[in-house]
Amino acid sequence: MITRSAHEMAAALQSGDTTSVALTQAHLDRIGAVDKEVHAFLYVDTEGALAQAKGVDDSRARGEKLGPLAGVPLALKDVMVQKGVPTTCGSKILEGWRPPYDSTVVSNLKSAGIVILGKTNMDEFAMGSSTENSAYGPTHNPWDLTRIPGGSGGGSSASLAAFEAPLAIGTDTGGSIRQPAAVTGTVGVKPTYGGVSRYGLVAFSSSLDQAGPCARTVLDAALLHEIIAGHDPKDATSINAPVPQVVQAAKNGDVKGMKIGFVKELNGEGYQPGVRSRFEESLELLAKAGAEIVEVSCPNFEYALAAYYLIAPSECSSNLARFDAMRYGIRVGDEDGASAESVMNLTREVGFGREVKRRIILGTYALSSGYFDAYYGSAQKVRTLIMEDFTKAFTSADVLVSPTCPTTAFKIGEKANDPLAMYLNDIATIPVNMAGIGGMSLPCGLAPEDNLPVGFQIMAPAMQDQRMYQVGAALEAALLTQWGAPLLSKIPALAGGK
Amino acid sequence: MSLTYDDVIAKYEPVLGLEVHVELNTASKMFCACSTIFGGEPNTQTCPVCLGMPGALPVVNEKAIESSILIGLALNCSITPFSRFSRKNYFYPDMPKNFQISQYDEPICVNGYLDVEIDTDEGVKKFRVEIERVHMEEDTGKSLHVGGATGRIHGADYSLLDYNRAGIPLVEIVTKIVPGTGRYAPEVAKAYVAALRDILQSLGVSDVRMEQGSLRCDANVSLRLIGAEKLGTRSETKNVNSLRSIERAVRGEMIRHAELLNKGERVVQETRHFQEDTGLTRSGRSKEQAEDYRYFPEPDLVPVAPDAAWIEKLRASLPEHPSIRRKRLQDAWGVPDKEMAAMLNADALDLVEATVNLGADPTRARGWWLGEISRIANEKFCAISELSITPTDVAQIVALVAEGELTDKLARQVVEGVIAGEGSPQKVIDARGLKVVSDESALMAAIERAIAEQPETAEKIRNGHIPAAGALIGAVMKETKGQADAARVRELLLGHLGQPTS
Repeated sequence: MITRSAHEMAAALQSGDTTSVALTQAHLDRIGAVDKEVHAFLYVDTEGALAQAKGVDDSRARGEKLGPLAGVPLALKDVMVQKGVPTTCGSKILEGWRPPYDSTVVSNLKSAGIVILGKTNMDEFAMGSSTENSAYGPTHNPWDLTRIPGGSGGGSSASLAAFEAPLAIGTDTGGSIRQPAAVTGTVGVKPTYGGVSRYGLVAFSSSLDQAGPCARTVLDAALLHEIIAGHDPKDATSINAPVPQVVQAAKNGDVKGMKIGFVKELNGEGYQPGVRSRFEESLELLAKAGAEIVEVSCPNFEYALAAYYLIAPSECSSNLARFDAMRYGIRVGDEDGASAESVMNLTREVGFGREVKRRIILGTYALSSGYFDAYYGSAQKVRTLIMEDFTKAFTSADVLVSPTCPTTAFKIGEKANDPLAMYLNDIATIPVNMAGIGGMSLPCGLAPEDNLPVGFQIMAPAMQDQRMYQVGAALEAALLTQWGAPLLSKIPALAGGK
Repeated sequence: MSLTYDDVIAKYEPVLGLEVHVELNTASKMFCACSTIFGGEPNTQTCPVCLGMPGALPVVNEKAIESSILIGLALNCSITPFSRFSRKNYFYPDMPKNFQISQYDEPICVNGYLDVEIDTDEGVKKFRVEIERVHMEEDTGKSLHVGGATGRIHGADYSLLDYNRAGIPLVEIVTKIVPGTGRYAPEVAKAYVAALRDILQSLGVSDVRMEQGSLRCDANVSLRLIGAEKLGTRSETKNVNSLRSIERAVRGEMIRHAELLNKGERVVQETRHFQEDTGLTRSGRSKEQAEDYRYFPEPDLVPVAPDAAWIEKLRASLPEHPSIRRKRLQDAWGVPDKEMAAMLNADALDLVEATVNLGADPTRARGWWLGEISRIANEKFCAISELSITPTDVAQIVALVAEGELTDKLARQVVEGVIAGEGSPQKVIDARGLKVVSDESALMAAIERAIAEQPETAEKIRNGHIPAAGALIGAVMKETKGQADAARVRELLLGHLGQPTS
């Protein structure tokens, strides 16, 4: 049962073939068996999950109307607050904090009857592309335990690939949903900025952060997308418009007559050969399915990474200022006579990891008087240029596509001491965040040279998220026909699994 | 050797700059739904948003925007079609997010003015104070530093934090520099804040209680040699909690600056704290190395873009300007200048107006509020508006006196009873048995008894020595325990003794 898709599990629950308690227990057992190897979870809420599952079963027994995924379990990225459940954001500084409130995403999940299994590992405060920056140790890629599962949401994607959960929530500031999806052979979607409420998502970079669905199939992602999306009066940047019809689009999956633009600048030099060949084969499949493939150019994408590493650190330097040992989290050096300032300094010194400190320093510098215009100001101008590139490209294509990342999963430790090499992982995903549009990654095969998953990225204009699902479903169907079985059926068995 | 004020203004020209922070009286905070009521138990009016919990997000209170626009319009400002919130970043334990959401380079209202008048020996003088900007921000929490010598965070044994105030909407009103006030700088500063307070009160957007901190003024003062163009170095005095203190603080700073300059020393650009007891300021934080607040646009909020129709609707709803209203009422009621000033000082204008609107004679209404009621308020160390007597009560009392149901003396007892919480005027009259003795046969009997007791006095009156009547009237009033109408007693007495009664 645990290897099935979420909508198949939902069908089994609806038909009475299983119960949510049994399904939840099966996943808890799987976590117990394999998470020592994978380390996808920072916290498993066994009691809470079973209680929630029982609640759904009881509702179903009473004949109450339930949502399409009611009773299906989910893994929650630890950056999303859930009332009473430890939330660390992968950081020491928040160790032991139990939030007093639910994020809007969690409230939406709870009202849809989704069972929350626990909190997944991540790069500290979502800063990273490998989950190696977690203060609680790295997550391992279930395809090869010596490799990274992507980041920052490596815990969420690894939990899907390891069949510890059929659904997960991720957050994507520069690629933290899509890149982990790509390197674990799963599906991840960053909705249009403002499509899913950020209330209760611990902020890294407010103007870029966006929560989204992670799953093993395009349809599962769409079903989850509709549950978590929608206008939220508690988030001033939330879009007050109907949620795009993504489930319908995922069920439709027809690309006849659609124009698909591949971005010239997001392929070629720096991209692993196997990544390029799988990507190009997928383009051919889409063409066969009736889509028209066009080439588009986005010349300003070249500056996206540099601008991103000014905007995101600037915002993070301010967002992370609140971790001062006064109201929550750990407190260091609070001895007789210690001043508030010294306690705050010591706590931040001990509580934050290297990458977080690096970005706080970078951002503090970029916002400083005298440097603001040259750094933050210029970066915002680049952001406008990137938006203009997209606008122009979308006049000749309905969606844009590229490989999700330049390479397959690299070895744990390989890039840990080379921040620039690490940052390059997100070169193809960052433009989407900068423009506030939607992006999806779905698996398009294994790279022949290393037998590791390759991700295919689809980008759609703002508020046109359904287009990604339509194209994604078409490609997924074509690939499934070619492979005969889902890509994850090829994943090596874990020692703890049967 | 301290300088006199005259020495200072003979040589220097003061330049003012005033920043007024106003706490708006919206029901909820600037960016969350928490209550703004003053005086709650510490940390009971808080939520994840105003505590800056991880993940929480601000949402702008529309009522606060409306109040800010009203303030801007009343101060003759332009309302900007597009304004933005920024983050002002600095660490302080009473600021939950360690940044304050404030408007920085794109405030909601710009370029206004407020005309103020001051009374001088040379007559009434008018000054125009130009307003640079009106912007919105959130208040911080309150720290109480316990132990240590200074009451400041450094050296304190521990500090207590109350976040009830964190996130209360504030509006900051900043003037352009105000030159040309010469010797009247302190009075102009005071008059400006007073006029601003009146406007805010008339708009109903703030409680404007300086003593509770809902209106706070920072006074920037600098001096330059008369005729010089370049501005001198300014000091910024905070903690000025009353109108009188503003005047004292400005005057004190002018003298302090002049003393330094005369000695050839320089004025340090710094924050200073006003000391209510000495009237002097003490040095606070130096601003020589300007703190870098790393302002940047608040990414959690969208720009404020009020639509033009809404602004026009608000403009049409503006109340009468307080100074115009004052003139109108003064003329209508025929109040002399001095007494008008007394009425304003006692904050009695609204109460008197309400009483008059209920049918009371303006002079009598004013007489009660500024007389007996003010006297009781003084005894209780409170404002007349805080007493439990209302314009309705006073209007009823005025009417009862006019109808002859109460004498002034009895009416004073009724006022006292109402303030003591004994109920409406009628209830007090019934409970205390305060009734004018209008039974003329009873009065005549009392008059007869008084004459019988003081035959010689009565004789004097019969012989035309009218002033002697006082003694007999007094005796009658005493016998009736003050419940007789003294004028009627006089009429009856004089008539009885064959004298003209008018």
